[in-house]
Amino acid sequence: MQHSASGSGLEIRGVTHFYGPNRVLAGIDLGVRPGEVVALAGENGAGKSTLMRIIGGYQAPGSGTVHWQGAAVPADLHRTESMGITLVHQEFALIPDMNVAENIHLGREPGRFGVVDRRKMRDQAAAALRLLRSAIHPEAQMRDLPVASWQVVELAKAFGTAPGLLLMDEPTAVLGREETAALFDRIRAFRAAGGAVIFTSHRLDEVREIADRVTVLRDGLITMDRPTAEVSEHDIATAMVGREMSDLFVPRVAPAAAAPVLEVTGLNVPREIGAPVKDAGFALHPGEILGVAGLVGSGRTEMFEGLVGLRPAQAARFTLRGETRPLPRSREAWAKGIAYLTEDRKSRGLLLEASQILNADLTLGALSGGPLLDPGGERARYAKARETFDIRSANPLIPAGRLSGGNQQKLLLAKTLASNPGIVILDEPTRGVDIGAKAQIYRLIASLAAEGRAVVVISSELPELIGLAHRIIVMDRGSIAGVIRQPETGQVTEAEILRLGLGLTPASEKEIPA
Amino acid sequence: MSDATLAPAGISARQRIGQLGPLIALILLVILGAVSSDTFLTSENVLNVLTRSSIIGIIAIGATFVITARGLDLSVGAMAALVAGLGIMGMNWLLAYMSPMAALVTGMTLALLIGMLAGLVNGSLVVFARIEAFIVTLGTMGIMRSLVTWMSDGGSISLDFALRDVGRGLYYGAVLGIPVPVIIFAVLAALGEFVMTRMRFGRHVTAIGSNPDVSRYSAIPVNGVRLATYVLQGACVGLATLIYVPRLGAVTPSTGILWELEAIAAVIIGGTALAGGYGRVWGTVVGVLILGLVANILNLTSYFSPHLNGAFQGTIIVIAVLLQRRRGNT
Repeated sequence: MQHSASGSGLEIRGVTHFYGPNRVLAGIDLGVRPGEVVALAGENGAGKSTLMRIIGGYQAPGSGTVHWQGAAVPADLHRTESMGITLVHQEFALIPDMNVAENIHLGREPGRFGVVDRRKMRDQAAAALRLLRSAIHPEAQMRDLPVASWQVVELAKAFGTAPGLLLMDEPTAVLGREETAALFDRIRAFRAAGGAVIFTSHRLDEVREIADRVTVLRDGLITMDRPTAEVSEHDIATAMVGREMSDLFVPRVAPAAAAPVLEVTGLNVPREIGAPVKDAGFALHPGEILGVAGLVGSGRTEMFEGLVGLRPAQAARFTLRGETRPLPRSREAWAKGIAYLTEDRKSRGLLLEASQILNADLTLGALSGGPLLDPGGERARYAKARETFDIRSANPLIPAGRLSGGNQQKLLLAKTLASNPGIVILDEPTRGVDIGAKAQIYRLIASLAAEGRAVVVISSELPELIGLAHRIIVMDRGSIAGVIRQPETGQVTEAEILRLGLGLTPASEKEIPA
Repeated sequence: MSDATLAPAGISARQRIGQLGPLIALILLVILGAVSSDTFLTSENVLNVLTRSSIIGIIAIGATFVITARGLDLSVGAMAALVAGLGIMGMNWLLAYMSPMAALVTGMTLALLIGMLAGLVNGSLVVFARIEAFIVTLGTMGIMRSLVTWMSDGGSISLDFALRDVGRGLYYGAVLGIPVPVIIFAVLAALGEFVMTRMRFGRHVTAIGSNPDVSRYSAIPVNGVRLATYVLQGACVGLATLIYVPRLGAVTPSTGILWELEAIAAVIIGGTALAGGYGRVWGTVVGVLILGLVANILNLTSYFSPHLNGAFQGTIIVIAVLLQRRRGNT
């Protein structure tokens, strides 16, 4: 660890933080000197955003201290900003009905006696945008601009506060190549002027390009903190994932050769934010587990939600069990035996205030239940599901929201699989689930395939995909970047997946989707 | 009075008392009425209150479903006036072709269908055109209200006297001493409670109000169910007018004014969540009775002017929502 001299730069000591019973940060020690750029890497849920929020004054740490230039950082946004700390969120804090210059100066408009000097505001905004090599007009209305421009305006606004320490959460997620290069030049100038930067990015190539130091978080702990020059992308990825997962998985059984149960080509799914899913194509086979990798925002979820009618989509050709037909609407997909388990358990998966019995029977009842409820049948089905899925709760009438994450997820699986679907699409099936429940869910997924169902597992956890899947689709910015088939012996490596998903492979190396 | 659908175990005793709050309030009102007036507990007065409450009550049963599914229908008062107006005009016209009884029955069927059609229009605008229910029904309220004014030319649309004699029984008649409107209200309330707690439709209404996204991801036909709640509301309005028309025999531009607020108030006082996701028809019945009893007690006693009725009802609504919020927080 490289700690700055006391009183200079950022000093984080023993920061621990809990959300409810979940420990998000476990004793973080970190120092950042003026003129240093630190990349914060880690999987989703590793604690990066929480740490950023604490440094930025959005949140007080559960315990531990944060000092900037020798003074304690208060959990008060306005005071941290006046100390010279600025946080750029992933969510934009811009007002659509104002123009660019007004947004850049929001809350610190130039002028006297409350009268805004509009010309000065416009000129300053133009200068700030010039430093980011942006062609955005300072008087353009915010709502007319695309999402990448919003990010650029947000960055111009942040640099405009003349910070000493700039915190940026995924600043390049929505930026194109040119805008990213301009941002990096701006960061270099800022660093040369003595500014300190902490940023997060999923793109390891960017981390290597701009960061002086890489700090990796995993499960709330710092697992690596080294100068960028000394580490490879593989080192970073290992430190991010790090745990031994091999015994969690049952051995893969190769599926018997069979005709695909579902085929789609030319699948397009428009999106509100981020690159739309373009010209995707794949086939699902009975008994096969298809893994889907890709960064958050790469279009993984949207691709499958489009396929099952949960969002508007078009396909050049869609074939289900040999029948070529239009893409199904949502209830049609269920009726045709295609089940989709959402990644968003709390707001799309379960009725949190309703009983477990009601939740478990919701989809089955909507698909094939009669007009009258059948409380006896529901109880019996729930008793069976509780055993099959090992849902641990004292009373089936306790609301679903009061169960632990693992039990909620098992309940969601029970609900999704109640109609005995032949095609099962699981989006982040182990999100927010402890390791024991994870192993159970892995066994369940393996048995679904062994029973001859076609299974799709979308996941951010690469070890999970490597341990489960027969084939892995890698998504990158709305397109399928490649398909990796597990070798006869041994396993795909994470590096192979990361290379495709992080846009590092030249197009010529990409395999044509099977 | 079972909340078997969504009310799970593990709720505290305080919450249970909170759920029974409207019933307790009703009992307290009855005691208050009995203590303060000798005539309050006479069967004549009790049946009078029930009969007067039944029109709003029938509308409020429909509103319970709409609100539970996270919708809102502000147009019910204007809709009642329009349906009644069209119904009367239809019956008067039919009288030239058939017996008064046949004209009455045909006209009533027509009124019921018109109500459902109006509900279908509201529901389609909310569900398919994706306009806020508040805006849609505010708009249709204005449209239907002004149609009534136009149709009546600012005066009144009156039922032919031949029809009045035949139809009288629907409001003023009684079976085994119980007025017909009360019987219709009671049967509809029992049916509504059954649909809400024992039928899949009621569960889907509750699920959609609780979380529309979860419902959509659970293969529930969200659009169809939401549409159906508005059609159901229209049918209830149609049914209410069947009782209303024989009562007064005429419709004026001021018929049904503020009925929507009385109906919504009854639903909320009864414990249905205004934000949707939790609804109970029996609570709505209690809510209607509370509103009816407050007016009745003010009329029978001389402590306060009956003109303060609105103030008391308003206070009760605010208290009911306060109690509801507390329930939501715990």
